[in-house]
Amino acid sequence: MKRVSLVFTLALAAGLSTQAATAQTLKTVKDRGMLSCGVSQGLPGFSSPDDKGNWTGLDVDVCRAVAAAIFNDATKIKFVPLSAKDRFTALQSGEIDVLSRNTTWTLSRDTSLGANFTGVTYYDGQGFLVKKSLKVNSALELNSASVCVQTGTTTEQNLADYFKGNNMKYEVIAFGTADETVKAYESGRCDVFTSDVSQLYAERLKLSNPADHAVLPEVISKEPLGPMVRHGDDQWFDIVKWVLFAMVDAEELGVTQKNVDDMAKSDKPELKRAFGTDGNLGEQLGLTKDWVSRIVKAVGNYGESFDRNVGAGSKLGIARGLNQLWNKGGIQYAPPIR
Amino acid sequence: MTIEPRKPPPQFAFRLKRALGGRAGWTGFVLQILFVAALVWIGYEIVANARANLQAQRITSGFGFLNNTAGFDVSQSLIPYSGSDTYTRVFLVGLLNTLLVSIIGIFFATVIGFLVALGRLSPNWLLSRISGGYVELIRNLPLLFQILFWYLAVLSALPNPRQSISLFGSFFLSNRGFVIPKPIANAGLEPFALAILVAIVASLLLRRYARRQLFESGRLVTIWPYVVGLLIGLPLVTALVFGAPVTFEVPELKGFNFSGGSRIIPEFVALTLALSTYTAAFIAEIVRAGIQSVHKGQMEAGSSLGLQRGSVLRLIVVPQAMRVILPPLTNQYLNLTKNSSLAVAIGYPDLFSVFAGTTLSQTGQAIEIIAITMGVYLLISLVTSAIMSFYGWRLGRSLNA
Repeated sequence: MKRVSLVFTLALAAGLSTQAATAQTLKTVKDRGMLSCGVSQGLPGFSSPDDKGNWTGLDVDVCRAVAAAIFNDATKIKFVPLSAKDRFTALQSGEIDVLSRNTTWTLSRDTSLGANFTGVTYYDGQGFLVKKSLKVNSALELNSASVCVQTGTTTEQNLADYFKGNNMKYEVIAFGTADETVKAYESGRCDVFTSDVSQLYAERLKLSNPADHAVLPEVISKEPLGPMVRHGDDQWFDIVKWVLFAMVDAEELGVTQKNVDDMAKSDKPELKRAFGTDGNLGEQLGLTKDWVSRIVKAVGNYGESFDRNVGAGSKLGIARGLNQLWNKGGIQYAPPIR
Repeated sequence: MTIEPRKPPPQFAFRLKRALGGRAGWTGFVLQILFVAALVWIGYEIVANARANLQAQRITSGFGFLNNTAGFDVSQSLIPYSGSDTYTRVFLVGLLNTLLVSIIGIFFATVIGFLVALGRLSPNWLLSRISGGYVELIRNLPLLFQILFWYLAVLSALPNPRQSISLFGSFFLSNRGFVIPKPIANAGLEPFALAILVAIVASLLLRRYARRQLFESGRLVTIWPYVVGLLIGLPLVTALVFGAPVTFEVPELKGFNFSGGSRIIPEFVALTLALSTYTAAFIAEIVRAGIQSVHKGQMEAGSSLGLQRGSVLRLIVVPQAMRVILPPLTNQYLNLTKNSSLAVAIGYPDLFSVFAGTTLSQTGQAIEIIAITMGVYLLISLVTSAIMSFYGWRLGRSLNA
C-alpha cells in the first residue's frame, strides 16, 4: 500500500506544484540550502548508505560534486532512495533536483519522460549471474530457465529481446526492488539473475556465499548510465552536465584531491582556465570561479572516484575497461573547459 | 357566508427550495451554488495546471502509449501474450490476473471463514479453541508479512525442479510451482460438455419437482440416486460412445524447468493462500456475530421440532443471520480485491504490478496510468458491491415473504 500512496502523491504533485516546472532549479536549490538527489535503495559502489547513514558511491559522488560546486559543501544534500519504477516520477514531480541512480540513457527516456541525460558516469552492459553448480558457461545455454529481474528497467526489455532473438524460451519473474529480486534468486526461485554487469558484481557481494555464483561472459546490451535532470531548465542542465565533465577533465589534466591546491597555482593556460585564475568560466555556468577546485577537493577527479567506489580500491574491484579515459584506451571523454 | 378553502402552497417551488436550500431557504441555495462553483474552479485549476506543467516539461501525455509495443514479458497470463504485444494487452493481462486471484481468494476465504465460524460456535471444546486461536493469530499479523511468509518461508523451501516431489509421475511440486498434466481437447469434448450440461439441467428440474411435491402434497421424494446417476452416468456413456473428451500432456523435466503440462506459479499460490486465510479470519468473526445475533429461541425451536444441529443452522439460523452478515462480508470481499495489489512484493503480475508498476516506469505517463488503474479498481469494487446488494435484496425479499 505504501507504493500506491507514493506514486499517487507523486502524480498529484506533478499536477499541483508549479514550482517544479519553472526554470529556476539553481535558485530553488540555493534557497533551500540543500540539493535533493535521487539515488538507488542501496547498490554498493554506486549509491549505498554505510552503517552511519553516510551515502557513498560513484552516483553519490556526482551529487556531492554538484553540491560542492554550488555550496562549497559536499554534505548539503538530501538523498532520496528510489526504486527503479518510482525514479522518473520523483524527478518529474520536482521531489528531486537530480536523478543519479544507475539509469540507462535511451532515446525514449531522453524525450517522453520530460527529462534529459547530462552525460555518462559509467559505461555498462547487461549480463547474467548464475549459480556455479548449474554448470552453465554461456548465456546461450539458458533455454527454459527462470530469470529474476527488477521491474521498470531497460534490463527487462533487453531480456525479452535477447531470448526472442536466440529462439530460447524463458520464464520471467519481475520484482519491484533490487533486494526482492536478489532474495528470490538466492532462494532458488530463479536460475538466473540479470542486470547491468556492474550491478551483478555489487549484488553478488550481498549473497551469503559470493564464490558460488558466477557472471556469464556475454554482455547483451549497451547500458550507458548517467544522471538526469528535468526538461525546461537549461542552466541547471548545463551545471549538472559540466560538473561531471569537470571531474573527467580533472583526471585528464592530472588534478587530484591531493595536489589540487598546488595545481591551482600553476601557470599552464588550461589549468588557469579550469581554476578560474584566468577568465570567469565558472560564473558563466552560474557557479563561482573556483568551481573545479571545489569539486575536486570534495570528491576527487573521475578516476579517483571510480577507484574508490567501484575500481581497484573498492570491494567490487571492477577494471576500468571502457570507463578508462579516451587517451588511455577507454571511451570516457569530456569536452574541454574553455 | 362561504369559506374559501385556503389554497395549498405551491408544491413544486416549495420542494425545490427545500431540496436546494434546506432550512436556510434561498440563502442556502446561493451558498450551495457558490460551493459547487468553487469545487469546479479547483478541479479546473488542477487539470489546467497539470496540463501546463506537462507541456512545459515536454512530457508526453494522452493515451496514445496504449498502442505502443510493451517489449517485456510476464510470468503468468490467462490470454496469449508476448513481448511484442501492446500496453493495452499488458493492461488486460494484469486485470485478468487481478480478477483471477480475487475470485479464487474470495471463494476460499468464504469457505474457510464459514467453517472457522461454525467451529468457533461448536460445543466441541477443542474445535472451538482451535478456531478461536486461528482467528486471533491470523487477523493480528500484517498481511504483507503473511504473503512474504508463504512465499519466502514456505514455498521457497520446496526442492528445486530436478529434485521435485512427484505424485504418480505426472504431478510435480517444486520451488517453481505445481506442475500438472495439461488437458488437451479431443473430438469427444463437445458431446461430453453437452452431456454434463443436460445432466445439470435435468437434476435442477428434478429438484424443483421434489420441492413442489413436498410443499403441495407433503410427500418426501428421494431424488439423490437419480441425480448421481445423471451427473456421473450420462457423461460416462457419452465418453464411451464418442471417445475420451481430453487427453493429458504429461510434464517432463527438460533443462532448467518442466516443459509441457500446466504450471501454477508459486507467486499465485502464495498470494491466494495469504489473502484467503487472512480475509477468512475476518469473515469468521462476521459470520459468528451474525449467527449469534439470531435469537436463541430460534435454535431451541428448531431443536424441539426434532431437527439436527446442522439442519437447524442451515435451514433456520444462517438464512436469518445472512441479513446481518452480508454488508460487512461485502466489505471483506472489497478489501481482498484491493489487498491483492500487494502482489507487487512477490512478483505476481497483477494489474498494479504490471500496469501501474512496469508500464508506468517504461512510459513515464504517471497521471494517465494512475487514473486508469484507480478507475479499474473502483469499477471492480462497485460491481462487487452491486452483486452483493442484489443478493441482499433477494434475501430480504425471501425472508419477508
